[in-house]
Amino acid sequence: MVSSLINANPVVYEKKERRTRSAPGDVDEYAVEPIDQLEIFDHIRDIKDPEHPYTLEELKVVTEDAIEVDDKHSYVRVTFMPTVEHCSMATVIGLCLRVKLMRSLPPRYKVDIRVAPGTHATEAAVNKQLNDKERVAAALENPNIVDMVDECLAASYE
Amino acid sequence: MNFADENFELREIQRLDGHTDRVWGLAWKPATGVEGVPAVLASCSGDKTVRIWQQSSVSGSFQCKAVLEEKHNRTVRSCAWSPSGKLLATASFDGTTAIWEDIGGDYSFVCTLEGHENEVKSVSWNASGSLLATCGRDKSVWIWDVLPQNYFDCVSVLQGHTQDVKMVKWHPSMDILFSCSYDNTIKVWAGDGDGDDWYCVQTLDESNSGHTSTVWALSFNASGDKMVSCSDDLTIKIWDSDITRTQSGEGYAPWTHLCTLSGYHDRTIFSVHWSRDGIISSGAADDAIRLFVESEDGLVDGPTYKLLLKKEKAHEMDINAVQWSSTENRLLASASDDGTVKIWDVGPKTGQKKV
Repeated sequence: MVSSLINANPVVYEKKERRTRSAPGDVDEYAVEPIDQLEIFDHIRDIKDPEHPYTLEELKVVTEDAIEVDDKHSYVRVTFMPTVEHCSMATVIGLCLRVKLMRSLPPRYKVDIRVAPGTHATEAAVNKQLNDKERVAAALENPNIVDMVDECLAASYE
Repeated sequence: MNFADENFELREIQRLDGHTDRVWGLAWKPATGVEGVPAVLASCSGDKTVRIWQQSSVSGSFQCKAVLEEKHNRTVRSCAWSPSGKLLATASFDGTTAIWEDIGGDYSFVCTLEGHENEVKSVSWNASGSLLATCGRDKSVWIWDVLPQNYFDCVSVLQGHTQDVKMVKWHPSMDILFSCSYDNTIKVWAGDGDGDDWYCVQTLDESNSGHTSTVWALSFNASGDKMVSCSDDLTIKIWDSDITRTQSGEGYAPWTHLCTLSGYHDRTIFSVHWSRDGIISSGAADDAIRLFVESEDGLVDGPTYKLLLKKEKAHEMDINAVQWSSTENRLLASASDDGTVKIWDVGPKTGQKKV
């Protein structure tokens, strides 16, 4: 392990089994299917951690339970758990989550991203930054940041 | 118009398509839309362009007359006309502010103002057009002298905000500058009279009943003795000041908190604008436009403001800017993440009789 990593030895958890959405046969395939927790989780579970070869699911940075979704009001809130309290990668992870959901969900959706209460030393500052759309827009015009985000997101599109 | 007796509605006049990314800012050109001069509106966008829209005097509909492009290589965050309407300043995430000149309806690029370290977020002209202010992510506010032959000279770089500065706005009649920031404060800047020395004369923060999160925008009423600000803290605040004292030279009369409009918005409020006839409009991340007017009900405890109307789903996505025209028939323009600009008018609900 390279000692400069912020969290050199993260705990790696088993991936959850991929559930099939619903039993075939008894569904109306023309009915509008509301976006649910599992669907949001499927969009973000395979995002790669910025400094480890593991996914956010494997590191338990994101879990299905930490996703609140209200399809009727087009609202999603993802609460993620940085692996260590001083994780300077928290804003990068948050940006990856935001970009992935921006690209995956219908434009009517409002997305809030936050770190889990008590899991980060500068929680309020990280949350404020992740939810300031002007800062997010400016960051996404920076080619270095976009490359980093795209690298983390690549596997999540498969 | 009597706001007390009737129900009002906001009617969509037209949707302006053309931008290929979110629209961030709007500016109505001064002295247009009056005395037979067609109304002109500028809009700026994440697509790196500025569009100039002009109202047809025949059909009344707006058409894109010019696209200002290829000078900014990143988002154009804000735009502002000089008071004469001759010059347009555009502030960009590319770190520059560009100046454009209207030559008989054709827009020619004049020059670029450089100096900010990174994203420029807002630009504003003072009332006489002799000064320009810019601000940005580098936490600074710059004041530029507007000299003959379209020459611009930076006279002051104001440090004081501890985070990026979201907006600068000159007072409508005095050379006093206001800036609002991600650091939750509004700062007021005044010169020493000679022009080159500027300093912070007041900071409106939580200790003065100010905002508790990013302050995104502010605007003044027609007489300039009241100011409205909006924030990520989901409130709108009204401030006032005895400006006759400041104008008389007896000393600076500080701005004080008058009231807070809370409970109306449930997502960030990005824009507020006060119309010449006293209607405050707000544009927010909940896709709605709200209008507020002073209410005569609570005069005992000082003025209060009431919601005149709320237009849900005014756009399909966040509303980044709302801007009243000073045209003969007051119009409201709104700009959104959905890439469109909309033109609205406000009036009594049709089918209702005047009381």
